[in-house]
Amino acid sequence: MAEYWYIRPGYEDLVRKFLENPPQPEISQEFEIRERDFFHAGKAAATVKLTLKRLGVDPVILRRTAIVGYEAEINVTAHSRGGRMVCNIHQDLVHLKFQDEGPGMHDIEQSMEPGFSTADEQVREMGFGAGLGLPNIEKNTDMLHIVSGSGQETFLEAVIFFKNNEE
Amino acid sequence: MRLQEITAALEAEVLTSNPDPDLEVTCAFGSDLISDILMCTKEPTLLLTGLTNPQVIRLADMIDLFGIVFVRGKKPPREIIEMAEERGLPLISTRFTLYRSSGILYNLGLRSCQI
Repeated sequence: MAEYWYIRPGYEDLVRKFLENPPQPEISQEFEIRERDFFHAGKAAATVKLTLKRLGVDPVILRRTAIVGYEAEINVTAHSRGGRMVCNIHQDLVHLKFQDEGPGMHDIEQSMEPGFSTADEQVREMGFGAGLGLPNIEKNTDMLHIVSGSGQETFLEAVIFFKNNEE
Repeated sequence: MRLQEITAALEAEVLTSNPDPDLEVTCAFGSDLISDILMCTKEPTLLLTGLTNPQVIRLADMIDLFGIVFVRGKKPPREIIEMAEERGLPLISTRFTLYRSSGILYNLGLRSCQI
């Protein structure tokens, strides 16, 4: 199993504080993501966005959360045997967690490279597989953590603080 | 630019029922890559695309779209048109290519969305 970490510069302390002592979420939502179900894919991310919108979260944060959630949901749909997404909403951040049933990533660093994709023809015809999913996730998160390996399950979690930090 | 003017300029067919002809469209973006569409639309945008699968409608749940122009004569199946109608998302279809459609609208003053 290999591990990948990204923390947005300037967020190290906030992220460490959260991970060392994660508080109880105020709202927790769980969704099933089915293998190759491209009709429903994206529903979980849309639901999370709507929940945050109702809570009055800043539109820039809504957009970033939707992109992270959607790209990760599509990855589980397109590349795994299915999995789950858990969204924990806290006072000052949203924490998205994805767990799938494999077959995992051979090389996470390579998968993070823009343009690298293992998507098949069916997935590409739908407008995916440009190799931009994981880079887009990283660009929009304050913290990204991935654990995976060849023939293994993949775990991906991302944190977005509600403080608007987009320039 | 109003939706009605866009439909006329592209000689397009309106696919969804009762879109607001006076809907004011301020900018547009054209692509067949979902990830690019997600990343490049930071403001309400008219999307021009050749993609007609359910995910292109699902995009409207993630980002703000004024509507979608299907190019190269593409038309999505009925269930996808219904998905758009549930969201109040206007869909139109033109036989023109993505390049030509973009050029026509740009020349009429519809700017590119900020990326």
